[in-house]
Amino acid sequence: MRESIEKLGAVTLFFGRVLAALPQAALSRPGLVVAQIYNAGTVSLILIMICGFFVGMVLGLQGYDSLSRFSAEDSLGTLSALSLFKELGPVVTALLFAGRAGTSMTSEIGLMRATDQLSAMEMMAVDPVKRVVVPRFLGGVIAMPLLVAIFNAIGITGTYAIGVSVMGVDSGVFWSQLLSTVDLSDVAEGIFKSVVFGVAASLLAVFEGYTCTPTAEGVGAATTRTVVETAVSILVLDYLITAALI
Amino acid sequence: MPDATTDYIVEIEGLGFSRGDRPVLDDLSLGIRRGEVTAIMGPSGTGKTTLLRLITGQLEPERGDIRVDGRHVNRLSRRELYELRQDIGMLFQQGALLTDYDVFENVAFPLREHTNLPERLIRQVVLTKLHAVGLRGAARMMPSELSGGMARRVALARAIVMDPKLLIYDEPFAGLDPISLGVVLRLIRNMNDALNITSIVVSHDVLQTAAVADRSFILADGKVVASGSPEQLRTHDSGFVQQFMHGHADGPVPFHYPAPDYAEHLLSRRES
Repeated sequence: MRESIEKLGAVTLFFGRVLAALPQAALSRPGLVVAQIYNAGTVSLILIMICGFFVGMVLGLQGYDSLSRFSAEDSLGTLSALSLFKELGPVVTALLFAGRAGTSMTSEIGLMRATDQLSAMEMMAVDPVKRVVVPRFLGGVIAMPLLVAIFNAIGITGTYAIGVSVMGVDSGVFWSQLLSTVDLSDVAEGIFKSVVFGVAASLLAVFEGYTCTPTAEGVGAATTRTVVETAVSILVLDYLITAALI
Repeated sequence: MPDATTDYIVEIEGLGFSRGDRPVLDDLSLGIRRGEVTAIMGPSGTGKTTLLRLITGQLEPERGDIRVDGRHVNRLSRRELYELRQDIGMLFQQGALLTDYDVFENVAFPLREHTNLPERLIRQVVLTKLHAVGLRGAARMMPSELSGGMARRVALARAIVMDPKLLIYDEPFAGLDPISLGVVLRLIRNMNDALNITSIVVSHDVLQTAAVADRSFILADGKVVASGSPEQLRTHDSGFVQQFMHGHADGPVPFHYPAPDYAEHLLSRRES
């Protein structure tokens, strides 16, 4: 318990340091941030697309099965869109992001720590938080909502593929129901969540890498912690945000 | 006019530092003269690397005072410390090259971070420094393709690219083959004399260090136990210094780690 509280404090202090360094680091070297958006985004992209499609197809099957019990198959588009926008999109994307991009951020920074590269930067009067941590953090935060948007779009396509092409829901009804019931506020909730999850997942990934024990085992352990801690924080944050917004 | 204080680029007084309950450095005082190659020697685990990290402000001392080029390292703000570090070049044990960049970009790194020099000039400076360490031809190699000795030479080129006043080497000889070792030895001496800078070499390789250093300090138990030229140290009357300089297996530092009586230990049934 004590350890968790200390950890929370250390992460918060580190977050403060990252935020303080952020404006200057981002403005003076925007190229580094763009490179990291590309890194974090592209490594996760294929994974996100495949998983999004399968989650959407499962929604199509389960949704059709449940809704047909009330003869409400016409609402399949609405069900799929609300589930994806408000919950599944941000949560599943963040979990996949932690496993793919988060772990590579942690191991990259951890390995730089273990091989004295971060100390060497400090000795060259270059702040590693500005040069290494901030671009990766910001890259993750910006990439996350984009990945969520792609996940959602492909997820709805998956539901459409099952619901309309296989189960025989009418295509026009599918879209018109979806468009008339889903509000802009539903979309906004999802975007808000994706930004918060992006901050949490990226922060934990860079924190674990930056503070890891500088050995091979240390980097390995830090990478594992990134996945576990991100998963727990995402689900807890998801509950808190949902409870606050409903 | 240089006076008594500016004779020394690094001055340390009454320095104390511990890790947990274990004291690493205890009431350590020494001065490093400008223009000389100074060696800091001592058995493994006597706090040599810790001392370097204290001098460069990577660690904070518990007691005592460290002045580098007249400035109190432990009282500087982060910005002032970074300004000071631009005058210090440091060579890490394994080189610590940035693995994402090739040799040229590694050497160019401090220039790109701290100056707005045009690309043409950066290229010239980098090639000059690489030429000085004999690796101009390796400019486009990646750090993973370099041998240990080459990596250290690249790191040396990077350490001198900002024309520092003080150059610090942390275990520069560890794990090098004899040829690379000779190259590094020659470079340490040449860099010091040609660039008119001060060098600190931390090492436990007595022979190599004696060949290159003007003055040496021997550390043990967190204190300076002896200092002087290599010749003075070889004939030093302390038993410990004799054992260290000549590499005797037994002496004031015993060969055997403290243990119960041998015969009793072998005959006893219980594992103690």
